[in-house]
Amino acid sequence: MRSKQGGTDSRSSAWLAENGAVAALVVLVIALSLLSSDFLSLTNLLNVGVQAAVTAILAFGSTFVIVTGGIDLSVGSVAALSAITLAWTATEGGLPWPAAVVLSLATGVACGLVNAVLIAYGKLPPFIATLAMLGIARGLALVISQGSPISMPEAVSHLGDTVGRFLPIPVLVMLVMGVVAAIILNRTFPGRAMYAIGGNEEAARLSGIKVSRIKLITYALSGAFAAVAGVVLASRLASAQPQAAAGYELDAIAAVVIGGASLSGGKGRALGTLVGALILAVLRNGLNLLSVSAFWQQVVIGVVIALAVLVDTLRRRGTN
Amino acid sequence: MSEATLRAEGLTKSFPGVRALDGVDLSLRAGEVHVLLGENGAGKSTLIKILSGAYRPDEGRVLMDGRPVEIRDAGDARRLGISTIYQEFNLVPDLSVAENLSLGRLPRRFGLVDTAAMQRRARELLERVDVRVDPRTPVRRLGIARMQMVEIAKALSLDARVLIMDEPTAVLTTGEVGKLFAIVRRLRDEGVAIVFITHHLEEIAEIGDRVTVLRDGRSVAEVPAGTPQDELVRLMVGRPVDQQFPRRPAELGEPLLSVRGLTRRGAFDDVSFEVRAGEVVGLAGLVGAGRTEVARAVFGADRYDAGEVFVRGRRLPPHDVHAAMEAGLGLVPEDRKGQGLVLGAGIGENLGLVTLRDATRAGFVDLKGQRTAAARVAEQLGIRMTGLDQEVRTLSGGNQQKVVIGKWLAAQAGVLILDEPTRGVDVAAKVEIYQLVNALTDSGHAVLMISSDLPEVLGMSDRILVMARGRLVGELRADEATQDGVMALAVTDVAGSRAE
Ligand SMILES: Nc1ncnc2c1ncn2[C@@H]1O[C@H](COP(=O)(O)OP(=O)(O)OP(=O)(O)O)[C@@H](O)[C@H]1O
Ligand SMILES: [Mg+2]
Repeated sequence: MRSKQGGTDSRSSAWLAENGAVAALVVLVIALSLLSSDFLSLTNLLNVGVQAAVTAILAFGSTFVIVTGGIDLSVGSVAALSAITLAWTATEGGLPWPAAVVLSLATGVACGLVNAVLIAYGKLPPFIATLAMLGIARGLALVISQGSPISMPEAVSHLGDTVGRFLPIPVLVMLVMGVVAAIILNRTFPGRAMYAIGGNEEAARLSGIKVSRIKLITYALSGAFAAVAGVVLASRLASAQPQAAAGYELDAIAAVVIGGASLSGGKGRALGTLVGALILAVLRNGLNLLSVSAFWQQVVIGVVIALAVLVDTLRRRGTN
Repeated sequence: MSEATLRAEGLTKSFPGVRALDGVDLSLRAGEVHVLLGENGAGKSTLIKILSGAYRPDEGRVLMDGRPVEIRDAGDARRLGISTIYQEFNLVPDLSVAENLSLGRLPRRFGLVDTAAMQRRARELLERVDVRVDPRTPVRRLGIARMQMVEIAKALSLDARVLIMDEPTAVLTTGEVGKLFAIVRRLRDEGVAIVFITHHLEEIAEIGDRVTVLRDGRSVAEVPAGTPQDELVRLMVGRPVDQQFPRRPAELGEPLLSVRGLTRRGAFDDVSFEVRAGEVVGLAGLVGAGRTEVARAVFGADRYDAGEVFVRGRRLPPHDVHAAMEAGLGLVPEDRKGQGLVLGAGIGENLGLVTLRDATRAGFVDLKGQRTAAARVAEQLGIRMTGLDQEVRTLSGGNQQKVVIGKWLAAQAGVLILDEPTRGVDVAAKVEIYQLVNALTDSGHAVLMISSDLPEVLGMSDRILVMARGRLVGELRADEATQDGVMALAVTDVAGSRAE
C-alpha cells in the first residue's frame, strides 16, 4: 500500500519492496534450476507443491491470527489432534466418514475457540494461551491414539492422490484454502476488522468493532485451517499419527512472516503467505537435490528466514 | 543578538509522491520566539524533524553559529543543544511519567536504576511546568493535555540552546497555555532560541517575535509577529479566509441524548444533561475537569459506577460501544494516534472503519462503495494526500485529524460527540469543519463538543456546560456567555471535591 511514485525507476523499486518475497522465490527457482538439472521437472515441481501444501494451509490460518497482532503456536498439535479424531471416530468409533470429517473440523474449531476465549476474555497473551493449547492438543492426540498411528478411512485418504494422473490433491486443497483465506481477509467484514484490530485495537473498538468476537472468529479459523492441514497430511501418509506436524507451527509462522506480514499486526496477505510457504519448500527440496545434509539444511533455512525478515525490516525503514 | 544561532539554507526533502520541503530557509536568533506558520501539510513538522535529526534533508544545509553542522540523529541534535517537542508525542505509554522523563538517561546507583533519584527529578521537572501529577502514573492514563505537559517538561530537562515546539498549545486550555507562555518567555529572556508552531493565530502576537510562513514546502515570507492576522492568513493560504465562526443555530427538536446522574468514582460525579436535535452543546472546563472521561463513558468506551444514558429515550447498556453506535452515538476521540487511527493502514481504510459493518452485504464488504464514500469525505475536508492508499502515518498532523473526523462524518451519527475536533487543524480547514457541524444540526443531528479552544466553544455552541473537578458547575446560553464567565465557572472549587 505504498503511495504512487514519480519515475518508473522508483515505481519498479516500489513493486519490489511490495513483492520482495516473490522476487526471492524467482531468484531461488532460477538459481536451483541452474544448479540442478532435476529441479525444473514437472514431477519435482509438483513434489515441491505437495511438500508446501500442509505448511501453506497451516500458514493461511496463522495469517488471520498474525494480522490481528496475535500468534498461534498450537496449529501443529491441533492438526494432529484433528486427524487423530477423524481416524479414531471412523475406525474405532465406527462413524461414517463424512461425519468423522465434520467432527475433525469441529475439533480444530473448538481448539481455536478455547484459545480465543482465553485470549479475548481471559486476557491471556496469545503466546501463552496457544502454548498451553500446543501441549493440550498434542497430549489429547497421544491419549486418544494411545501413542500409535491409526489408519485413515479409505474414502478420505484419496485426498492424498492425484487428479488427472498428475495434479496432486494436496496442491489443489492448498490453492482452494488460499483463495478462501484471501477472500476472507480482503472482502469480508471479519477480515477487514482483523487488519484494524492488528493495526490499533483501541481505535478498532472505538469504531464499533466487537474486538472479542472478531478474535473468536480469527482463532476458530486458524483451528479449522489446522484441521484441514492435519487431514491432508494424514491422507498423504494414509494414517493419522499423534506425533505428526510437530514443530510445523514455526514453519507456518515463518511462511507468514517471509510473505511480508508483520508480527506486530495489521499487515499480511494470503498470497504472500503462499509465496512464503513455497520458498521454504523450494529451499528444502533444492537442498535435498544438491545432497546437502539434513543438519546443514536447518542452518541454511534458519539463515534464510533471518535474511528475509531483515531485508523486509530494512526496506520498511528505508521508505519511512 | 543579530547573529543567527541557527540557520537553515535551501532545505529540500521529498517523500514518495510529495515534495514536503522545497528550498526552505530559516534563520533563528538567540532570545527570540520564531513562529512557523503554514497550512496542514505545508512542511512545518518536516522542517523541524530535519533540525532535530529525525530526517536527513535531500539538499540544503544547517549552520550553527555560522558553521555547517551535521545532524544525523537525535544524539547529534542533543549534543548541539537542540531540544524538540514533537507534534505526535514521543512517550512510552506503559512507562511511568518519571521513567519517561528520564528515558535514555536513567540515574544509576551501583549499576541499578536509582528509583528515588528518578522520582525526585521527575517531581522537580513537573513542578517547573506546574502540573500536578503523580510521577508514578503510567503515561497511558494521563489524557492528551497532560501528556503534552510531560513532553514539555522532558524537553526542558535538556537545557537546550534551541527549543523547538511543534503545536504545543493544540490541546491545552487557556490556563495551561498561560503557564507555558510564562516558561517560554523566561527561556527566551535567558537567550534560548525558540521555534514555535501553532494554528492559533491569536497566540502569534502574544508570544512570537518573528514569523516564517511556509506554503507548499516553500518559505514564502518572514514577517514580524505583529502582522495583522488577516495578512498572515493571506500569506499562508494564498487567499483571504473568513475567520468568523459560522454557527447557524438550527431548529431544536426533541432531546436525542440524555445523561442522568452519571458517576464514576474519582473521575466524575452526578453528571446530568441533555442534548436536543439540532443543538450544539459545548462542554468547557480545565484540563482534568473530567470532560473526556464523561464523553467516553457516555459512548460506552469506559465503565461508570452509577447513572444512566438515554439515546432517543432508549437506555444504553453501560460499557458497550457497539450498542451506543447502534443507537446512533458517535465519538471523535481526543487522542488520534492512540484511539482514533490505524496508523499503518491507508486513508481510505481508516475513513471506512466506522461504516464497515453497514457496508457489508451477504457477508461481503462493498469495497467500491466504501472507496467512493472515502474519496468524497477526503475531498470535502481537503485532506492533503497522494491518494487514498497513503498510510495515515505519513500524513501531516492536521490531515490525520481530518481523517479522524471524516470517518465519523461518513457514519452520519445521530448524536456526535467531538472531543477536541479541530486539534492541529489549520484556519481554513477549521471553517470547513464548522460548516459540517452546521450541516449536521440542520439535518436534525445533535453535537456535543469538547474543546480546549474557548473561542471555538463560545463561537460554535448554542449552549455551554462547564465542568470543574468532575462535576457540572454551570450552564450558559451562547449569547450570554463570555470567556471570563466560562473561566470563572471552570475554576469553581467544588465543595467536597475529589483530591487530584
Ligand atoms: N514519512 C512521510 N512519508 C510520506 N509523506 C510524508 C511523510 N512525512 C510527511 N509527509 C508529507 O509531507 C507533507 C508535509 O508534512 P508535515 O508533517 O511537515 O506538515 P505540517 O506543516 O507539519 O502540517 P500540520 O499543520 O498538519 O502538522 C505532507 O504532505 C505529508 O503528507
Ligand atoms: Mg505538523
